[in-house]
Amino acid sequence: MSSESPLEGTAVTASGVGSAMREVETGRDSRNLLPSGASGLETIGAHAWFGKHLAIEDVSLRFPKSSVTGLIGPSGCGKSTFLRLLNRMHEFIPGSAFAGQVLLDGRDIYAPEVNATEIRLKVGMVFQKPNPFPSMSIADNVLAGLRLARIKVSDKNMLLEDCLVRAGLWKEVKDRLKASAGSLSGGQQQRLCIARALAVKPEVLLMDEPCSALDPGSTLRVEETIVQLSESMTIIIVTHNMQQAARVSDYCAFFLSEGGPGRVVEAGLTSTIFTNPVDSRTADYVQGRFG
Amino acid sequence: MTAVTTQPSAVRPLQPWKLTTAQRFSRFATVIAVVAVAALLVLVSPLAGLAGIALVAIPLQVAVSVARSGRHGSVAARNDVATSLIGSAFLILMAPWLSILYTVVRRGYEAISWNFLTDDMRVTAPDAELGTGGIAHAIVGTGVMVLVATAVSVPLGILSGVYITEIRGRFTKLVRFIVQAMSGVPSIVAGLFIYSTLVIYNKSYSGFAGALALAVLMIPTVARTAEEVLKLVPEELRFAGYALGSTQASNVFRIVLPTVRSGLVTSAILGVARVAGETAPLLMTAQIFLATKGNPFDGPLASLPIVTFSFFQNGADNAVTRAWGTSMVLLVLISLLFALARAVSADRRRSRR
Repeated sequence: MSSESPLEGTAVTASGVGSAMREVETGRDSRNLLPSGASGLETIGAHAWFGKHLAIEDVSLRFPKSSVTGLIGPSGCGKSTFLRLLNRMHEFIPGSAFAGQVLLDGRDIYAPEVNATEIRLKVGMVFQKPNPFPSMSIADNVLAGLRLARIKVSDKNMLLEDCLVRAGLWKEVKDRLKASAGSLSGGQQQRLCIARALAVKPEVLLMDEPCSALDPGSTLRVEETIVQLSESMTIIIVTHNMQQAARVSDYCAFFLSEGGPGRVVEAGLTSTIFTNPVDSRTADYVQGRFG
Repeated sequence: MTAVTTQPSAVRPLQPWKLTTAQRFSRFATVIAVVAVAALLVLVSPLAGLAGIALVAIPLQVAVSVARSGRHGSVAARNDVATSLIGSAFLILMAPWLSILYTVVRRGYEAISWNFLTDDMRVTAPDAELGTGGIAHAIVGTGVMVLVATAVSVPLGILSGVYITEIRGRFTKLVRFIVQAMSGVPSIVAGLFIYSTLVIYNKSYSGFAGALALAVLMIPTVARTAEEVLKLVPEELRFAGYALGSTQASNVFRIVLPTVRSGLVTSAILGVARVAGETAPLLMTAQIFLATKGNPFDGPLASLPIVTFSFFQNGADNAVTRAWGTSMVLLVLISLLFALARAVSADRRRSRR
């Protein structure tokens, strides 16, 4: 860890140790500081490279179960890269590399015996651009994950309706489930992608700027969905929209690259990050003074 | 409110960006007049023939374009000149194709009869009266061999496309190089290859050997087209599949390939079009057989190109007419195949809406 960085030592203590997410300065010792027994998703000293380029340096974050965490920061600070580390999508980029640990329920998902496919079933993802499968109908899109991962379900129609209801799309598509996914509007397609991600019942849902291509109405509906979903799963959302981060997230982590690799400047309760941040750069960013 | 909705709308839909019927007619009349003037000039000058008419008509048409659109400014004039040149280029490109079609029909139509399509040459001499005998043996033989060749080459071709674009393994470059090199192999070499490996060992020509020789020619066409089509699948769709916990195999077979289904149909059709008229490889592998039969493992098998060739070699008037008629049948069959393929892929696109 580069010692000249001013980021060292910006550990945040949010109120209530049991529910706090922390940014910890050195990965190895951090587990002692974390509340015991609370399972969830955690990174320890995560680094990511594209070829020789170090994109993220030493990110240690903890995402408690059934919470929403917003990843905020200017473009190019490594938020999306970090997100893709969490379900092993990073490794699809040729020349990419990783160091550190990502623990899902205490198990390192990068351990050699772990099957990446199985991890991606547990850690679902919604992408920035809606990407429904054009060759499939609306219903088939929602159930695609089951077919792809060969999961057997007793009542497909129940699951189909449940996922579409939870993604806030059921009313709009219930009469044309056999229609092509390409016939939906952009906002509907994105909610279809959310429904598709829900169908395999992930423990964690990663969302990479899910509303960046949506109109305000669709955005509102997706945000309602996020809040609702967080009762049963851990959600991590990358967003450039400060209001959105404030509305939906319980915790926030502020990423910044400052010319070098992206690092976490500050992380903690969303209310603290927005109203009383420790670092002046966080205050500047959330108040819109840069970025 | 009700008064407004019950009254038919007075506003009619217009397409002001399109030429009016009168304008279109005047342009068409201009072209006819230009060609007529060019033909007159050719008559009174040392120039001759269609090429002479084209040589006069094209500059004349360009001049007319400039005169007509010049008053609307140089952009309009340039647009009109470009349109005239592109139209001329289109006609020049169509000329050889139309000429071939015309010649085949003119010289072959006499041979066409119901009998020609349903009978074979088992008991008929090539120079016998037209209306006796037929080429059913060649139609069936070509059908069987193309079918077998397709069954062999389409899976192999698509799988090599998948290897190059999806698996991207260590041998990707080698596979792509071999596919490209194979597409340059002269068709007679493909025939020799099957002759020396299969025909010599079996001590017999066969439809199956012919089909394999065609498959050798078909694989690179299918593989290259499939590769190009697979490259068009957006990376996001693959990521979407992986993010749902898909393995690479189910990603390829359940997402990537279905997404480009109509493109893959096209790749197969292009492959068929590449080989359906091949003559050289069949000379050394399937040869010719005068009775109709469908079993590719039972000795030599006739095909449309070889039958055309053998009719032509006979030299008698009736035999040569039969050769043209056979070519005509081959052209029609390939055209039907293309139309079918287009209909199949268009159907897919429509059902997606």
